[in-house]
Amino acid sequence: MRGKLLRFALPLVALLALIAAGCGGGDNESVGGTAGSETSEGGGGGTLVFAGAADPVALDGALVSDGESLRVIDQIFETLVDLKPGTTDVVPGLAESWDTSADGKTWTFHLRQGVKFQDGTDFNADAVCFNFDRWYNFSGSFQNPSASYYWQVVFGGFKTYNPDSGAPKDSLYQSCDAPDPTTAVITLTKPSASFLAGLVLSPFSIASPTALQKYKADDGAVDADGVFHPTGTFATEHPTGTGPFMFKSWTRGDKLELVRNPNYWGATSDNPSEYNGKGATLDSLIFRPISDNAARLQALQTGEIDGYDLVEPQDVPTIQQNSDLQILDRPAFNVAYVGFNISIPPLDNPKVRQAIAYGLDRQGVVDSFYAGRGEVAKEFMPPSLFGYADDVPTYDYDPDKAKQLLQEAGLTLPVKIDFWYPTDVSRPYMPDPKRNFEAFAASLNKSGFKVVPHSAPWTPDYLGKSDQGQLQVYLLGWTGDFGDPDNFVGTFFRSPQLQWGTTKNNQMDGVQKLLEQARTETDEAKRTELYQEANRQIMTILPGVPYAHSKPALAFKANVTGYVPSPTTSESFATVSVG
Amino acid sequence: MLRFVVRRLLLLVPILVGVSILVFFWTRALPGGPAAALLGERATPEAVAAIEHQYGLDEPIYVQYGKYVKQLATLNFGNSTVSRQQVTTEFRQRFPATVELALAAGLFALVFGIPLGFLAAKHYQGPLDHASLVLSLVGISTPIFFLALILKYVFAVKLGWLPSVGRISVLIDVPHPTNFYVLDAILAGSWTAFVDVGKHLVLPAIALGSIPLAIIARITRASVLDVQNEDYVRTARAKGLAPRAVDFRHVLRNAMLPISTIVGLQVGLLLSGAVLTETVFAFPGIGSWLVDAIKARNYPVIQGGVLFVAIIVVFVNLVVDLSYGVLNPRIRLAR
Repeated sequence: MRGKLLRFALPLVALLALIAAGCGGGDNESVGGTAGSETSEGGGGGTLVFAGAADPVALDGALVSDGESLRVIDQIFETLVDLKPGTTDVVPGLAESWDTSADGKTWTFHLRQGVKFQDGTDFNADAVCFNFDRWYNFSGSFQNPSASYYWQVVFGGFKTYNPDSGAPKDSLYQSCDAPDPTTAVITLTKPSASFLAGLVLSPFSIASPTALQKYKADDGAVDADGVFHPTGTFATEHPTGTGPFMFKSWTRGDKLELVRNPNYWGATSDNPSEYNGKGATLDSLIFRPISDNAARLQALQTGEIDGYDLVEPQDVPTIQQNSDLQILDRPAFNVAYVGFNISIPPLDNPKVRQAIAYGLDRQGVVDSFYAGRGEVAKEFMPPSLFGYADDVPTYDYDPDKAKQLLQEAGLTLPVKIDFWYPTDVSRPYMPDPKRNFEAFAASLNKSGFKVVPHSAPWTPDYLGKSDQGQLQVYLLGWTGDFGDPDNFVGTFFRSPQLQWGTTKNNQMDGVQKLLEQARTETDEAKRTELYQEANRQIMTILPGVPYAHSKPALAFKANVTGYVPSPTTSESFATVSVG
Repeated sequence: MLRFVVRRLLLLVPILVGVSILVFFWTRALPGGPAAALLGERATPEAVAAIEHQYGLDEPIYVQYGKYVKQLATLNFGNSTVSRQQVTTEFRQRFPATVELALAAGLFALVFGIPLGFLAAKHYQGPLDHASLVLSLVGISTPIFFLALILKYVFAVKLGWLPSVGRISVLIDVPHPTNFYVLDAILAGSWTAFVDVGKHLVLPAIALGSIPLAIIARITRASVLDVQNEDYVRTARAKGLAPRAVDFRHVLRNAMLPISTIVGLQVGLLLSGAVLTETVFAFPGIGSWLVDAIKARNYPVIQGGVLFVAIIVVFVNLVVDLSYGVLNPRIRLAR
């Protein structure tokens, strides 16, 4: 009997020991402290711990499109062309310079010399072409948009067309040639200028061909469901690029650690004026996944992390009031808009569209529902992008003017409109669609309209209906993929779309021509002018009313310096230091 | 005895079939789907169709279920739609964290709950009894996430005594052969790691163990009150046995039976509570795994995860039932 009692008591003793261990030893251990300078070894740059909302999916840029993966990939890999930090201006990356043929189809990249991959192999034109050919030859489930989304956005289709994959049939890509080790020539099937801005995306990172093959990046098995299940270790244990940081270890759910690349070309470059000038300052960079917003904030307050992304707007004041912490603004790179189907009467009448524009209290909505992180949008693209025009027609909230325009259009007030909003969704540019809608409906009802409310679940219903042109007036938005106006106004208006009613109504034909011309124009100054003109025309014709850009926020400890937020979220930690 | 175990194990089959049907249809009743979660506003009808086709979601739902059952029969739980890893692989990585947390929380509840209930009974209607009642009520009625936030705010943010997220400090590197971090720390012979893992367990264990603690304290109190008026206890006292010996050998031991039943039921509570606790503490176990999966409409993970949890709850309750025999020979003989 005593023995049995003992058996029961044993776990209790174990727990007591555990608690004793947990509570004791507090003197010599700093709780989760990550203060960079204290923990440094080697180069003296210290360690920075950064929290994302989730683990990366995988560290192979060609096969992912989620922000958490791309954030890490950005540090390990580099692309042929890069963005000037904090802007959407294209600058040299692994290519020092490039030329375009007169027809805009042949792009010759002059590669940086003396660059090595992290496995010691040479970076050269063959490596560039190896990567492009790998992407172009993707087949099977690699053609699925959940894998190769960005290839499809920039290049369209693949070498072999598979109607089930959802990928387009035609590809912009034709071939890649390496006439000599420092020259890579990429040939396109048709002229494109937005292609260059697309190449800055991390999915077009140049990986070591040796590592891709050695760690079987493309190997895997397709299970009974047809789902591809990778068996190689390139994307999980051996991602190998040319970037300022190298992969060290990854425990899912816990941490992903990168270390400084001592052989980084920028660190040994004898030309200090070159882009990026030097290698990473930090010795070690650790990413940890914390999905709960409040937990990320508290971890920053306790010092367990040095910074985090996706700060909730309501947490911004708390962080700003704490002198140990700082908030960094990421320039807005999205747009929320009230879209019209301009082929459904009475919206085929420009005066009615203008009346709606005057009847929308956009400032009120942005002030009320964006927690100080929003700004009223004047165009269908963010101000940080080239081609943004400062002199487009504007439509400040004016109910009387709206009524007057409706009367000029010969309509009897109130004018009935079917206004749609999505449910079950919150997007960065539209945190609360229902409340945005309610405020707009109220201001429109004061402006001579009678709003008939409609709603549908975001997907598949709402997006499906808008894609098929079934919605007369609707809330929608877009977050940019890369720093080119074609990714905003081009996506919306370059080709006729059911959503805008531009397939049945020719009022936007002129804009379509302008945008097509701008897409293929290789002269940067001329492109800018073309897009500015397109924006002026769009805001005159009014196929919809853009209403908000939202600025995401990042939070850091006050001693973190050198982090430059980028509109496209492609931020480098190479310039970051903890002091 | 053996027949009892076999019968209980066979009972698993209808339970698992029921759970799998419920979860399968429930996940598909959620608005949205994996495609929408993966693509956001880029979820064009073509892209959604392609992804749904890839995962077989464009087939009639009964066909999908049939396929799923066929797959389950070969012990294949499918792949995560997010990480593309096998569900079983992810489960193996995540499960030890939840076990560690649940054990810590369960032991916390027992170590504090039983003495609390026992003392309350010994001081029946006294101030200690009333204090324990208030404490228990607070424990039962405080939502876990709220308690977790308060604990974190006080002990991590304000006092800085304990960490607020994760299982181990990111700067401590020990190999994880078992994924049970306490065990890994011992295997690595690292006292620093052991202490650090222990510290990371304290707050989540208190948050998760608070409700079981309160329940255990109340049951212990009632049970001890019952038992201490029994004839054999009076006899033991009358024959001059030391009060401490009476309490431990006769009162507590006999009061243990209802407590052990409750402990078994708490396992389900601990696992469901882990969903909130793990999310708030960024503790990479089954709970936070399921929450992330639900957010991403990651059907294979939701289905597989819930099935695993159901299996565990059934098994633990079986073990608890078997342990009655150890605590009470009469039950053992009756079988």
